Amino acid sequence: MAPGIGARSPWQAATIAAIVPRTGRVASFLLTPERPFAFRAGQHVDVRLTAPDGYQAQRSYSIANAPEDAAAVELAIERLEDGEVSPYFHDVAAVGDRIELRGPIGGHFVWTADDGGPLVLVGGGSGVVPLMSMLRHRARAASRVPALLLLSARTWDEVIFRDELLALHDRRDGFELVLALTREPARRAADFGRRIDRPMAAAILARLPEPARSAFVCGANPFVAAATEGLLAAGVPAAIVRTERYGQ
Amino acid sequence: METRGFTGRRPPPDLGKRVPPGQSVTRDFPVLSAGPTPTVQTESWTFTLKVGPKPVARWTWAEFNALPQTETTRDIHCVTTWSKLDTPWRGVTIDDLLAAAGIAAPTPFALAHSYDGYSTNVPTADLVGGKAMVALAYDGAPIAPDHGGPARLLVPHLYFWKSAKWINGLQFTEQDTAGFWELRGYHMYGDPWREQRYTDDP
Repeated sequence: MAPGIGARSPWQAATIAAIVPRTGRVASFLLTPERPFAFRAGQHVDVRLTAPDGYQAQRSYSIANAPEDAAAVELAIERLEDGEVSPYFHDVAAVGDRIELRGPIGGHFVWTADDGGPLVLVGGGSGVVPLMSMLRHRARAASRVPALLLLSARTWDEVIFRDELLALHDRRDGFELVLALTREPARRAADFGRRIDRPMAAAILARLPEPARSAFVCGANPFVAAATEGLLAAGVPAAIVRTERYGQ
Repeated sequence: METRGFTGRRPPPDLGKRVPPGQSVTRDFPVLSAGPTPTVQTESWTFTLKVGPKPVARWTWAEFNALPQTETTRDIHCVTTWSKLDTPWRGVTIDDLLAAAGIAAPTPFALAHSYDGYSTNVPTADLVGGKAMVALAYDGAPIAPDHGGPARLLVPHLYFWKSAKWINGLQFTEQDTAGFWELRGYHMYGDPWREQRYTDDP
């Protein structure tokens, strides 16, 4: 049975093995579960924190690493000022701490190299996380499936995984990175210095060698709404567009 | 397992017993769906009641809006851990829908179907007896497309993925048949008070 579809995913302890700052507001937490599990790129885990009186809070976080590197689970967590769980990770959690997680979860927003392409990924801010898992998987699987990531961020320095994405782009193996910066001018020739809109969606789709076969859009709901509208207006069939949205 | 240094934020005591385990109260109305928001025009909207494969009743938007409507204010609980309290809805209860079709609840289970191809399963006992409706209005206004308008199922005592957006039909089935998320790792029943989030939850 494929991971995450009907598979058992009981709560288990995981140890924070490393904390890696990604941007000013985002850090990656590498968690080593007691029982490592197989997952597919795009899936998420639930994390549960327990206070001394037994009160619990839980949240879902997408997995950022490739399934090929399943010994640790990388969660890239943005610090939300009014949050309950993300400030704990940023202000309290330290290497060696143990937290509970369960997973993998989700059987829809997933991609494996065998699914083929072209693959269109559109991310807003921390919405890049499950898309990063797909791109890392694509690289680890030595897939040549044409893939394109349109990633929106406020500034160059707020692009999560920026240097790794630029390096993946420079492999020239069929993956292209396009950044849409909303509060700064574009820095690369391929990039845009504005919010995602219909002409931008049409322009990036025209860079694909053939029509997209799968599209994955992840971010805050207004972003996902604008991005999917752009894709549909540019002729992408609704049936191939998968979305993952979060509030805030 | 206690988490070192975590104290957490609790709902006010008077609300605490309305919030199921693992949930936190939001004042927003987050939007979650598996694909693009479909454009559903009321001019061409229809709702079909089926028993097995056989259609037994069908309404246009105007006909459906002429059915008896009920108002209800309920707490709703999303599997992604937000709960929203006191949400006001208006719509046609499944009891009134069955009465309008001139049938009694014909089978033990049902599947809700939607314009975007979504489906979800609910036992018939959880739809009748005033427990569920096809909602046509939220907070006194037509339901916004992102929230499932023009019409969505409302089964507020189950996790909210059971309250199918953009609904266009209800199909009664003999067997409990998994829908979209139930085929993708989510629970067949989805009781928030028992935290039935995923397939393997008891």
